[in-house]
Amino acid sequence: MNRLNLKQAKEGLKKKSFSSVELTKACLSQIERSDSKLNSFVTVTKETALRQAEAADKALDEGIDMPLLGIPIAIKDNFSTLGIRTTASSKVLDDYIPPFDATVVKKLKDAGAVLLGKTNMDAWAHGSSTETSDYGPTKNPWDLKRLPGGSSGGSAAATAANFCIASIGSETAGSIRQPASWCGVVGLKPTYGRVSRYGVIAMGSSLDSPGPITKTVEDAAILLEVLAGVDELDATTSQLPIEKFSKLSKKNLKTLRIGISEDYFIDGIDPEVEAKIKNAIKKLETEGAKVETIKLFDPKYAIDVYTIIQRCEVSSNLARYDGIRFGKGRGFFADEAKRRIMFGTYALSSGYYDQYYNKAQQVRTLIIDDFNKAFNKVDIIIAPTSPTLALPLGATEGASMFGEMADVLVEPSSIAGLCGINIPVGFSKSGLPIGMQLIGPQFSESLVLSVANQYEKLTQNEDWRKNKPEI
Amino acid sequence: MKINVPHVAKLANLPISDKERITFQKQLQETVDYVEELNRVNTKNVEPTSQVTGLENIVRDDVTKPSLNQKQALSNSYSTHNGFFKVNAILENE
Repeated sequence: MNRLNLKQAKEGLKKKSFSSVELTKACLSQIERSDSKLNSFVTVTKETALRQAEAADKALDEGIDMPLLGIPIAIKDNFSTLGIRTTASSKVLDDYIPPFDATVVKKLKDAGAVLLGKTNMDAWAHGSSTETSDYGPTKNPWDLKRLPGGSSGGSAAATAANFCIASIGSETAGSIRQPASWCGVVGLKPTYGRVSRYGVIAMGSSLDSPGPITKTVEDAAILLEVLAGVDELDATTSQLPIEKFSKLSKKNLKTLRIGISEDYFIDGIDPEVEAKIKNAIKKLETEGAKVETIKLFDPKYAIDVYTIIQRCEVSSNLARYDGIRFGKGRGFFADEAKRRIMFGTYALSSGYYDQYYNKAQQVRTLIIDDFNKAFNKVDIIIAPTSPTLALPLGATEGASMFGEMADVLVEPSSIAGLCGINIPVGFSKSGLPIGMQLIGPQFSESLVLSVANQYEKLTQNEDWRKNKPEI
Repeated sequence: MKINVPHVAKLANLPISDKERITFQKQLQETVDYVEELNRVNTKNVEPTSQVTGLENIVRDDVTKPSLNQKQALSNSYSTHNGFFKVNAILENE
């Protein structure tokens, strides 16, 4: 039962094929049986989950209809949860119990969701491996000797391993799409400001975007509809109306213009990744989509821009952890956080602001203009999500910019605040998932979801879709 | 540019050991050198962007609303005194 996707689970609950308590127990027992191998959860909230499931069953009996009623969902551990320990996978917050819910958590609860627990991540979301967690690395369900990606690696691994029906992650630049790619699931990074950041433990405030990690594109659409919207508690949220994402508008593929950029098939890209993405694009072309080669701002500069902006904002955001109001002292930060805080402090220190932060924000303008130009010619851009397959455990050791380097293909769109989605397109010969990203202009989630959904349908009978991780 | 790790650590209020100082010096210098690449991009007359969706001056009505009570606000502190946060002195006595 825990293998069901969100839509199937909703239907099953509605038809009374099973109860929310049964569904929740199925997820919890899968976690109990196998999470010792994956380490995808920092905290499992069994009792709260069962209580919420009982309440959901009662509401279902009364015929109440809510978008996520009785659906077990896992949440990344950087979302504040009222009365539930929230660590951001850092020992600084080892025993921190938030006295409030993040807006995303409140929205999930208001929609009737059952919260299974808090998932592992790179500490403070600093990384692309989940290996920098102070609670140990999460393993990739497809190969336990490999990394799940990150920073939302716990959410992606838990979803791929069917520990939950769906999960919530957050992306600063890649932290939803890249682990979704390495774990073979769907990950939607909404436009900056589409989903409230209130109550999310802040990393790069001009970039952070919470979003869903799911088993299907339709599930991501259902969740986005719940999560999106203006929030008085986050002044950067968009006032645009929430579209009916879950209806999945049907963009005619015959009028779709796809942009591809050779710069995104970078030197050193895994040849199997390149072949699978090009093959996937061909399938859309066969359906009538027009493919155009476009020139985009070289993604290598996005690494510099992202490193500077993100580390400056990290140094500012993590300044609040002084061990006074909550959390332990600054001596509890691990190496990666210290590196990022120190670089940010350096770059923002007197006399260096123009050279680093201001320069990076200027190049950010150029990257935004460049995407705007591209989107005059094409509707969406398609590229690999990650240039590599899931890397082995230990890959981050001694690599002082691992996260920033691994996310080269997702950084430009994050810097520009665009929306994007990772969808699985197949497996390598070694049995590791390969993901493709579809990038659209700001607030074009409907379009991106529509094309991703149609690709998923076109390929739903392909053999690789039968692959299941053996844990 | 050369990064001065002990100085930066002091500004950031981060305790670091002598051993860490050496490792961080090397690693942070690598990052500083790496991002120098950005100087190759011409940004003459380019406005910086800090808010990507173009929002400006978002305000709300100035009204009070329920917030955390004192007990909740203090619930995660290791050091409180008579309903206040207790902090180390930052000013020295004459």
